[in-house]
Parts: sequence; C-alpha cells; structure tokens
Amino acid sequence: MTDPVFGPAPAAADDPELVQLLTPEGERVHHAEFDLDFSADQLRGFYRDMTLVRRLDIEATALQRHGELGLWAQLLGQEAAQIGAGRALAPQDFVFPTYREHGVAWCRGVDPVRLLSLFRGVGHGDWDPNEHNFALYTIVIGAQTLHATGYAMGVQRDGAVGTGDPTRDTAVVAHFGDGASSQGDVNEAFVFAASYNAPVVFFCQNNQWAISEPFERQSRIPLYRRAHGFGFPGVRVDGNDVLATYAVTQAALQRARDGQGPTFVEAYTYRMGAHTTTDDPTRYRLSEDVEHWKLKDPIARVEVYLRRNGLVDDEFLAEVANEADELGERMRRECHELPDPTPTGIFDLVYAEKPAELAAQQASYEAYLASFSDEAEEVSA
Amino acid sequence: MTTMTLAKALNSGLRRAMEDDGNVLVMGEDVGRLGGVFRITDGLQKDFGDDRVIDTPLAESGIVGTAVGLAMRGYRPVVEIQFDGFVYPAYDQIVCQVAKLHFRSKGRVKVPLVIRIPFGGGIGAVEHHSESPEAQFVHTPGLKVVACSNPADAYGMIQQAIASDDPVIFLEPKRLYHSAKADVDESAELGPLWESRVVRPGTDVTLVGYGPTVSTCLDAAAVAGEEGRSIEVIDLRTLSPLDLAPVQESVRRTGRLVVVHEAHLTLGVGAEIAARVTEECFHSLESPVLRVGGFDTPYPPARIEEAYLPDLDRVLDAVDRTFGF
Repeated sequence: MTDPVFGPAPAAADDPELVQLLTPEGERVHHAEFDLDFSADQLRGFYRDMTLVRRLDIEATALQRHGELGLWAQLLGQEAAQIGAGRALAPQDFVFPTYREHGVAWCRGVDPVRLLSLFRGVGHGDWDPNEHNFALYTIVIGAQTLHATGYAMGVQRDGAVGTGDPTRDTAVVAHFGDGASSQGDVNEAFVFAASYNAPVVFFCQNNQWAISEPFERQSRIPLYRRAHGFGFPGVRVDGNDVLATYAVTQAALQRARDGQGPTFVEAYTYRMGAHTTTDDPTRYRLSEDVEHWKLKDPIARVEVYLRRNGLVDDEFLAEVANEADELGERMRRECHELPDPTPTGIFDLVYAEKPAELAAQQASYEAYLASFSDEAEEVSA
Repeated sequence: MTTMTLAKALNSGLRRAMEDDGNVLVMGEDVGRLGGVFRITDGLQKDFGDDRVIDTPLAESGIVGTAVGLAMRGYRPVVEIQFDGFVYPAYDQIVCQVAKLHFRSKGRVKVPLVIRIPFGGGIGAVEHHSESPEAQFVHTPGLKVVACSNPADAYGMIQQAIASDDPVIFLEPKRLYHSAKADVDESAELGPLWESRVVRPGTDVTLVGYGPTVSTCLDAAAVAGEEGRSIEVIDLRTLSPLDLAPVQESVRRTGRLVVVHEAHLTLGVGAEIAARVTEECFHSLESPVLRVGGFDTPYPPARIEEAYLPDLDRVLDAVDRTFGF
C-alpha cells in the first residue's frame, strides 16, 4: 500500500534476509558478514548440547504429565537459538532470561534440576545468579529487558567495556520473545540502551506464537527492523541454525564489549510444542505449519552435516544418546528429592533485614501451628 | 548546626551518601543539570559527574527497571519519581520486581534501591501532582516505606534509606520542601530509622500523622492546648514496617486516637492503624479510633484542594468527636 503523500508502508510480507550458515538439509553455506570457521569439536559440542537440552525438555514435559511438575514451558524447536546464543557467551557476560531459556541455562552451568524446582512449586528461583552470571527466570513478560539494560549501564560504570581486555570487557544479553516485543518495558529498554549506548544484546526468539496469537498480531514489520527506529542495528538470523545463531550472537556480543552499543538479534524460529503444558495449540494453529517447521529441525541438520563430513561415528552418537538417558534418569530421580519449602520459612525471605512486625506475624503463626501439636500430644497422652 | 529547608536537607543528605559510598547513584528525569524540578538534586551532577547523577529518558518503568539492573550489578541507585501521580507507569516494576526479587532469589539478590517520591497536595498543582499513593506500597510485602516530615529527619532518613539493603519508597512532603526550615546538626549521630516518634507529649488524645500532616497535627495540638486539652502527637516516620509500639503506649494512656493522612480514607494507612490499635488496646479505648483524611474521590482541582486536605479544623473536629462516645 502506497500513500500518495507518505509513500509506501513497510509490510510484514517483505522477505527479509535471514542469516544462515547451515541449511535445513545440512548444507554448509557462507555469509559475507557473519561467517566463522567451526572446529569439529565445536560442531560435535553443538550437537551434544542440543540433544541434551531437547531431552531435558522432553523429560520435564513428561514429569509434568505425571503430576510431578505443576507446569513446564517447553523449548522444543528452539534448541539452536538457545545453544547458539548460550555458547557465544564469554564467562564474564551476564544473561537475563525469560522462563523458557532452559538451553541458555544449560550453557551457563545451571543444573536442570534447579529449573524444575520453579515448575514443581518448591521455589521461585533456585540458583545463584552471580554464580552462573544468569539471572533468575522472569515471568512478567519483558520486565527483564530493563534489568539487563540497567546491568549493562552498571558494566559501563565499572569500566568493563572497550578496554580491549577479552577477560574484562562484558556484554549483557536480554532474552525475550515476539510477544514481549509489544511490551512497554521492552521498548523502554530499547530507548535506554540506545540513549546510553549500553553493552546489551537484545536476543529475541521469534517463535511465531505468543500463546495463541500469531506474530502478525504483534508487528506489521519484521521485528529486527524495529531496532533501526531506536537507533541501533538489528539482524534476523535463522534461529534453527546453531552455527548462524552462534556467529551472529558472537558478533553482537563483541560489538557490545567493544563499547559500540546495543544490537537486536531476531532469531527466527518456531515453537514446536505448546506455550506451556496447559496450552492446546490445536485450537489455534494448523498441523501443516508444524509439519513444515519439522523439516527445519535444528538438530537433524547438524547431524546430517556431521555424518556427511565424517565428523561423527555411531559410537559418538550412541554416547550422546546414553548421556541423554542418564540425564533423564537423574532428572526424574532428583525431581522427587527436591525438598518442599516450609510454610514458616517464607517469612525469612522477604527482606534483607526482617522487620519486627513480620517477625511477630511469623511468631503468631508458629504459635498457632504449635497449638495443634499440643492438642495432638494431649490426645495421645 | 545549620538552618536549612527540607529540600536543602535532602540535598545535603544525598550529597553525604554519595560522598560516603561511590556506588550510590542518583537517577531520574531532570535530576542532572536542572537539579530536579524541586531542586532536590541541585549541584550533584556538577560535583559527582553524569555517570553518578543520571538524567534518564522520560519513562518511569524504564527508570525503575534499569535501577534494578544497576542494583544487581552492585550499585545503590536513588531514583527520583518526579511527582506522586507519575509513579504508576513504574508500578509493575516496583511491585513485581523490586519488591519480590529478594524473596524470589531466597535472599541471593538484594535490591538496595531508594525510590524518592514527592507526595501530597497543597501546592496548587494540576492533576496527578498532589497524590498520596503510600497505601499501595505499604500493601506490598518486600518494600519498606518511610515518610519524612521535617528537615532533620529528611537529612538523616535519606542516608539511612540509601544504606538499607532493602528497597525503600521514600516519601517527601512536597509542600514543605521550601517552607519547612529547621536547624540540622549534620555531625549528629543518626537515630533509628524504623521507629515512630512522639513529637509532642500529651495526656488526653493521641494524634498520629506522617509526612505533611505532622505539622497539621502539631498545629491542632497547639490550638487544643490553648483550650485546655492536652494532645500527644506522634510522627509515624515509617509506614512499612509500621512501628506502632509508641502509638499503643500512648493510647493506653489517652484512650483516644485520631489518625491523619492526606491519602483516601478507605483502606488507607489509618485503617490499618485503627485495626491494630483496636486489637492491642481494646480495653484502653474510650472511643473508636477516628480517621481524618482525603475523601474517597480523586484529588480535586487545586482551587478547592484546601477543602479536601485534612486541616486544623477537621482534625480538631475529630478530636472533639472522640469525646462524644
């Protein structure tokens, strides 16, 4: 549609360039800006990571079906986006996830059982963000993008950008999805990051669906193009291509560490599962779409490439499969062993310095609980 | 000892905190070169630089949300919300993130953040510039909420709020910024932050206020004193946690309590005080606990705000009514 005065409106149908280094058929292709040489070990590592986090996801989904978890947010189909983004990080980089970044958590060394505790209802967040440089899962959509931007402003004030020291210069990653791109907080994060040239990478996994709402409900233009309007570069990468995701993320992280400011990375992917285990996607999307995206599977293409080039043998693949089985078995076992919190323990977690009035409320509740045990003792006596 | 306005006392307290701890940052709209619309941060950017006194984009959720990230990186941000009515765009960040991160993380993440809010009416302002939103934050576990009423407290309390490892909503009575003047001893040791305080002893009725209504209560006590009625006035100072021990001790002697705030009456801080004092002092009460506050209407246009705000006469009327039961 071209307005006679204002000219043409951009359209979602515009076919944006998609950075890709490995096609769905497993063909290695090259890209002028983002190409990298990957070692055989790196490629095998990507395969192993993606296979294990897929198993993690399947196992957690099964645990939910068996009533061991109240809920699970599946990452199925987004393994390449998350492993590519996660493995591109330097140790000192800091990540702010949504609630679906199980693959990034894996790369940051967070034990998958820690992730289960949130969904089992035994805690709201069960790892130390500063131990893993990985913030807690954030459930309010988009809120963490501001935290990431603020953290990046802190990095700037610490003089940890643009020094040229690869162990010091630090980037921050804000994860979010296509739905979150409509949130005010995300747009404010773009404004703040641009204004201060903060060392943050906005990593959007556009998995096409915000529960039941298709991407078209969120945006009339490809998301990565929004970055331009905020004053920083954006790029769309094949989110099912772990090589391309890794290469693009690494370049964006380096830009941030060098002091060149924020970058928007749109990892174009697809949510193969439901939004969460409570969702029923058959009510709102066609199975043909899912079948279409199955052909773009992130793991299969790496396996084809590795096999075709003689970089793996059956023994390696069997080892990874075994490792996945062991991970699944451990998750099932340790999920059961997660201790329930105590009702009186919650009073201790609210404040760094517990107020007397909260301590009094706690004491009153403990006395109430104790009154039952007294009764029980009297009855038994 | 220096005579200073409440605004100057806050400015001096902020300056002192920034000198004492290099991680203290000030951020907000117009806080830099302008020194804030009320000049509370006057001169701070000149002396501490724009890395520590940060003019932000005009987005309150962005200000508070980035302050959370700065706190996670080890800084102690002091955020200025320009006016009370503009805090709501940041409400989600305050209630869901600032207040809950310590709990969510089992204490691993601390948010030593101070959110300064000029609050209350009486300055003839347009809509959204005269509100008293404190109950919204008192109702939120994880936040602490304090209100200063005089220059000496403003100077000390802002430093103590900044030193707190918990997030603090810091309420400043804007109509007293430049009118309240008092001697402030900047070298004196600071008293406890989380305590309310008897500011005028009395024997017949207890009057409780905070922020801008403390001076109203003191005026009422002075007038009542001329009429032979002895009123004890308590400045709450801390709204979350509430320190009601001095209030209850007082009510056990006077048997009568009136709570005064500018905020709407329904489910306000006064309602909570009435409930708790009734629970604790039931047998000492000679009268129900009465409240004087803003009406359950939106804040009115400025030409009639004096009718809406609790004033000397409405407070004295409530005092009289406590003798009618």
